[in-house]
Amino acid sequence: METLIQQFINGLVIGSVYALIALGYTMVYGILGLINFAHGDVLMVGALVALQTMMFLMGMAPGMSPLVMLAIALLVAIVVCMLLGFTMERLAYRRLRNAPRLAPLITAIGVSFLLQTIAMIIWGRNYHTYPQLISTTPLQPIEGVFVTPVQITIVIASAALMIGLLLLVNRTKIGRAMRATAENHRVASLMGVDTNAVIAFTFVVGAALAAVAGVMFASNYGIAHYGMGFMPGLKAFTAAVLGGIGNLGGAMLGGVMLGLVESFGAGYIEHLTFGFLNSSYQDIFAFIILGLVLIFRPTGLLGERVSDRA
Amino acid sequence: MNELAAAVPWLGKRNPMAARWLILIIAIVAPFIAWQFGKSWVRILDFALLYMMLALGLNLVVGFAGLLDLGYIAFYAVGAYTFAFLASPHFDVHLPFWVILPLGAGFAALAGIMLGFPVLRLRGDYLAIVTLGFGEIVRIFMLNLNYPVNITNGPQGINMIDPINLFGWDLSRNIQVTENFTINSLFLYYYFFLLAVAASIVFIQRLQISRVGRAWAAMRDDELAAKAIGINTRNMKLLAFSLGATFGGVSGCLFGAFQGFVSPESFSLMESIAVLTMVVFGGMGNIAGAVVGAFVLALLPEVLRDVAVPLQQTLFGHVLLDPEVLRMLLLSLAMILMMLLRPAGMIPARARYSHDHHLSNKLKQGGAK
Repeated sequence: METLIQQFINGLVIGSVYALIALGYTMVYGILGLINFAHGDVLMVGALVALQTMMFLMGMAPGMSPLVMLAIALLVAIVVCMLLGFTMERLAYRRLRNAPRLAPLITAIGVSFLLQTIAMIIWGRNYHTYPQLISTTPLQPIEGVFVTPVQITIVIASAALMIGLLLLVNRTKIGRAMRATAENHRVASLMGVDTNAVIAFTFVVGAALAAVAGVMFASNYGIAHYGMGFMPGLKAFTAAVLGGIGNLGGAMLGGVMLGLVESFGAGYIEHLTFGFLNSSYQDIFAFIILGLVLIFRPTGLLGERVSDRA
Repeated sequence: MNELAAAVPWLGKRNPMAARWLILIIAIVAPFIAWQFGKSWVRILDFALLYMMLALGLNLVVGFAGLLDLGYIAFYAVGAYTFAFLASPHFDVHLPFWVILPLGAGFAALAGIMLGFPVLRLRGDYLAIVTLGFGEIVRIFMLNLNYPVNITNGPQGINMIDPINLFGWDLSRNIQVTENFTINSLFLYYYFFLLAVAASIVFIQRLQISRVGRAWAAMRDDELAAKAIGINTRNMKLLAFSLGATFGGVSGCLFGAFQGFVSPESFSLMESIAVLTMVVFGGMGNIAGAVVGAFVLALLPEVLRDVAVPLQQTLFGHVLLDPEVLRMLLLSLAMILMMLLRPAGMIPARARYSHDHHLSNKLKQGGAK
């Protein structure tokens, strides 16, 4: 029983990070029909920029309270990632909006590897330990079940961000413009929506979420390096597809579900396969889910749009 | 060869025959020139030929059939590991090369069909991600299948793989012709690989203009229309995947035997992307493009390694960008810039069976009236 609850908690924590990243994918996909392959690497940039800022602050003002430090680092990471998202859209994707289907995707892959390479040049190849500004001493709400304050913060913060995003999309003017653009580009622009600005805005919001997710991800595992964005990026994409790509609620649901499946899977795979496979196969669950969803229910769990792309 | 000859600048259009001979001469003389710069350059040429074969195979899938496959390197891995299993002390099996080669190709083709079936309904971006996942799954298994039964030997990989042995002729041995003249084994491998690549080119060229190739082109340009005119798109897709995979498997076999050592590291996503970049760089859907792309992008990082590292030494006093970083930088920039500036590649495909071609012709005619 303790294992069950423990795996549930672990799954929920990582799942909410996936959900945050998945939102970025799903927003861009909903509007442009483009898989922004480099989204995972924006996360990596966010985590590493925050790391750099924290290091800097620790050197400059050692007496600063850790929470303020974290807030500043987050803010810097968010701003840098927003700029990055904006630049990416402006320089690479905008010109390819009417290009043949494979072109934007190949470009996105190129951007992803370019970001990794640049990060490798700046931060080197080695793994960096991530400063733990929120306590990692585990609490024991139930005997044998451990939760760290970091994990609690992650779940609460991502829930808050998701609610914020839902409000932004559903209640504000720019949100309405986003929905209109997602529905139909041309018609939206005929109605006076500046679609270029809306698309840029979408990229920027997605990148900001990715920056936060990056800091969370790195804090949760206590480690950051140049290639850290790839796997969570892929998994978040899976989550977005699982929930129904283009659908915000779906991305959240998919993220949490994927986190749970992965966590339970990693916990029990050894029993299920009689010791043949162990938890080092954790990463294949996402791919298997992705394959299954795309084959049997390409619209995802909550996707109402009939996807002509699948 | 025709397309390749036509791609030779200046000469290709005027005198295709001369261009053909020129290519042949360059291909034969290349290792001798490389030898002047050192033994390692011949080795690099050998690897370039393997990459060429990979690029040709991937071009079949991506360029001809329009299915973006990001897990292509998995088939290379299947070929290489097949060879490693069947010709190394790991399981203590030593089958002859001519037995393993078709086996490796067959297993890769089978893997291609296994990948093809579930993704039949997917297109474009979804397909790309699922194939990427497939490649990663294969890699994860290669990394972890050393427990509880040691099959792949995990991250260490398998070494001491038997060299290629053509009916008793061991390619890994230098041939001592006279006292002070030996033919290095790297040359033997080079010419053997060259033959393999040439055979692939001929095969693929015949394939492209065959019924199958035309069906692929139709499917790539408009799947719905292709279906409507009676093309069995399911079979055509499976055929594309399995044939593409076969090339991957064959070059994997050659790679395993040539290098004598395989490990999961050689089959990372980066390699899939590298091969894709070669195809994109040269020009999708074009044999000459794949060959030239593979040649340039396999050689360029090595040239950079030789030029850029000492240059940085003298300029900054230390190496700022190591060769591996340079390679990644080069590949990713090549991919982005090609798509933005020259999406058809260095050598755009002559779109004989392509929708766009007919359309533009029609427009031209319309304009003339």
